[in-house]
Amino acid sequence: MSTKGTKILDSVVVRFVGDSGDGMQLTGSEFANTSALFGNDVSTFPNFPAEIRAPQGSVYGVSGFQVQIGNNEVNTAGDAVDVLVAMNPAALKTNLESLPKGKILIIDTDSFNKKNILKAGYEHNPLESDMLEDYRLVEAPITALTKENLKDSGLGNKDVLRSKNMFALGIVFWLFNRSMEHTFQFLKEKFKNKPEIADANILNLKAGFHYGETIELLPESYTVSPAKLAKGTYRIITGNKALSWGFIAAANKAKLPLFLGSYPITPASDILHELSKHKALDVTTFQAEDEIAGVGAAIGASFAGNLAITTTSGPGMALKAEAVGLAMMTELPLVIVNIQRGGPSTGLPTKTEQSDLLQVMYGRNGESPVIVLAASTSANCYDWAYEAAKLSLENMTPVILLSDGYIANGSAPWRLRKLAEMAEINIPFAKAGKENYLPYERDENLVREWAIPGMKGLEHRLGGLEKAENTGAVSYHPENHQRMVEIRAEKISKLAQRIPDLTLEGAEDAELLVIGWGGTYGSLHTAVKRTNAQGKKIAYAHFNYINPMPKNTAEILSKYPKILVAELNLGQMVKIFRDRFPENKFLQYNKVQGMPFTVEELMCTFEDLLKQ
Amino acid sequence: MEELVKYKSKDFESDQEVRWCPGCDDYVILRAMQRALPDMGKKKEDIVFISGIGCSSRFPYYVETYGMHSIHGRAPAIATGVKLANPDLSVWVITGDGDSLAIGGNHFIHLIRRNVNLNLILFNNEIYGLTKGQFSPTSAMGLKTKSSPFGSVQKPFSAGELAMGANTRYFARIAGNNPKAMTKLFVEAEKFEGTSIIEVLQNCVIFNDGVFDKFLDKEHRNTAQITVEHGKPMLFGKENEYGLVLNGLKLEVATIGENGITEVDILVHDAKEEDKTLHQMLISLQNPIVFGVIRAIEDVTFDQSIHHQIAEAKENASVKNIDDLLFSGETYEVE
Repeated sequence: MSTKGTKILDSVVVRFVGDSGDGMQLTGSEFANTSALFGNDVSTFPNFPAEIRAPQGSVYGVSGFQVQIGNNEVNTAGDAVDVLVAMNPAALKTNLESLPKGKILIIDTDSFNKKNILKAGYEHNPLESDMLEDYRLVEAPITALTKENLKDSGLGNKDVLRSKNMFALGIVFWLFNRSMEHTFQFLKEKFKNKPEIADANILNLKAGFHYGETIELLPESYTVSPAKLAKGTYRIITGNKALSWGFIAAANKAKLPLFLGSYPITPASDILHELSKHKALDVTTFQAEDEIAGVGAAIGASFAGNLAITTTSGPGMALKAEAVGLAMMTELPLVIVNIQRGGPSTGLPTKTEQSDLLQVMYGRNGESPVIVLAASTSANCYDWAYEAAKLSLENMTPVILLSDGYIANGSAPWRLRKLAEMAEINIPFAKAGKENYLPYERDENLVREWAIPGMKGLEHRLGGLEKAENTGAVSYHPENHQRMVEIRAEKISKLAQRIPDLTLEGAEDAELLVIGWGGTYGSLHTAVKRTNAQGKKIAYAHFNYINPMPKNTAEILSKYPKILVAELNLGQMVKIFRDRFPENKFLQYNKVQGMPFTVEELMCTFEDLLKQ
Repeated sequence: MEELVKYKSKDFESDQEVRWCPGCDDYVILRAMQRALPDMGKKKEDIVFISGIGCSSRFPYYVETYGMHSIHGRAPAIATGVKLANPDLSVWVITGDGDSLAIGGNHFIHLIRRNVNLNLILFNNEIYGLTKGQFSPTSAMGLKTKSSPFGSVQKPFSAGELAMGANTRYFARIAGNNPKAMTKLFVEAEKFEGTSIIEVLQNCVIFNDGVFDKFLDKEHRNTAQITVEHGKPMLFGKENEYGLVLNGLKLEVATIGENGITEVDILVHDAKEEDKTLHQMLISLQNPIVFGVIRAIEDVTFDQSIHHQIAEAKENASVKNIDDLLFSGETYEVE
């Protein structure tokens, strides 16, 4: 422990930045996980380039990991950074603007050589100018100290330099009075086949910690007290992992094998990776030859009686459109997950955006309504995957589940619930041997019965051609087509009666209603809460059910003279609102920078609107 | 074990009216299949036909089993999903030359590469029928069609050569006017473990009538086609007077009794030979064209491998359900 004082903070934002090979993702996650174990609420935001190992020292190769920890609820990874750890000049160049004056800047001075300085686009060494004088600058020769510390490790220069990140983490652990124990265990496990690497990393982590302590880098260290989270067992989970597990849970509950047909695409591939590990839980993963084969195989598996899903991102969603139409037409259960990224075209593969909404709603030929849901936090990806599977199976329809790069890669504490606590899933299976099974006979919710190959006496043919009501035989009859198109639309719209009502946050009696959907919940919730805390009234409604929308939506909208729809696109949800609720007037706030909303920009926007 | 019902061909006729053009070979293939199905030893409910789009792809509507008429080119992908979800099913892909060699070319080669244990019947008529007569990837150069009024300038490829390129373990070719042999072939293909590719030279009476006459009509059928059988000498002709011999690196036709050639000089067909060389030559031969099972190599199938991994994982797993998974590894308590 430092001999100097310890200052207690409510929350703090730390950002680790370096070359994409510097291990910043791992460093950031370890700080987040350690803080969560300590009892803080945490939220993380990995921000990395699309290139795997961009040239060393280049600005486009900078990879970052931001963590916010707090003693109260933390819903975003934070706007302004309190502590910036920059491992090289390029990292400093690209991140300094996020660090307000007076905040802590930790730099590896050894990386500020002429070559790196020029690569970063600086004309002069920033350490030798006055540009950093307004920050609380910690100049640590991390590279040299690492080399010195590990000179007897027996490791080559490359491996020695790879543990620089642990020295930096050690300094930050000291700064926040964090235990290193979790990271020791983590390193031992990660490098269990290379104990010499584990030892070197542990040694360097300790060296960083002791460096902070010994030379008294800063006049004080800090602590953030544990948050008051609901009692229970927790783990830190990323959105994509939570989503994967949600599907396993739904399949277990429904007593069906889970089938994933998928093609690798950023930022959805982690779901394929995660589910591929869990074969023991009756999970089949099929890495297909392309996006279409991924969804095609899923449709086949669904026809044969599995809980079938396919995962992708925007460009892949476009390729899957025709097949989604087939699943809609045949009325087979299928969940399509779209982890949205910056578009259009290849766009910004590793960045976040909400610009596939209109694509998933309307991007298919013909009248092709499907259920559309959106997860809103990293942790609730579990619940929305579960709900998507449940609604798909119970209603015999494709469900498109939207997530985005921000909540998919970000992580947060998640309170675990046993499967017994999850809602029942009631599948409308036909009974084998049933007399006169008609594949398109429907119940009161317009849902047809599911007969799968192997069920005796229920042999039938499905297809993409229009079918006669009830029998499913091919029919080109004009009135029948109209009727079938309307039935398929009504089947989805009727579901509004069976999903939960929309609930409001904030001040219900406000003049201004803010609307959000999907992965922007953290920023919007925080901005609304802080604005209300300042005595300015705002109500807030967040949409997870997008098609159909909750049945009380119109009623809620009617209460507010001013409605603002905030989303990370140029106004897609707002188009849907204007179409469905023409009696209301909608304002919009949009951003397309591949980045989440900051709380500050939202608060400013709200304030401007309240003044008008 | 449930006693297997003895089905009749009629049990596999659906209530749908067959809507192909009169005289189309598709009728022959449908009848051959309905005759073959009772001999496969499979329960009706365990048989699935998956098709893409095109004339041939209407096939599943007419067979009283489970079936799906899907989207253009994607039947191999959908069928792979069906087979992986339930490996006990007998799965059939019904497709055409446009469906599986143009829009679905990618799925066709990857199905073969993986060796999924299912059967694919490729109705090759060297034309697009349902879209009313455009040239296809197998149409001959120079073919005048609606989209090639001055003759096609696209070079065709051969389904068999493409399948060999994807390392097919099973390839058979059959004439669309030979229902008896077809019925037998379908039963055999079903028994083969792995992806069975069956190319049917199927005449389109409307848009490409007579395209296979050079092999199949009365004038040519004795001299321009050979049907090979595993373990038998590759002889053909009205009196089996011709046979295939190797001359250097080329396959040639020899006449028995000429130039001292006797039956022992004729190559014996070995469909189970791993080496592709001779199979490749048989597939490419144009005069005579080769019918019958050209290649049949038993190998591990994709569905077996997948289910083997799943079974092994289940056996060794400490995490046996979602609750185990949730509470495994790094969790912590908040009081």
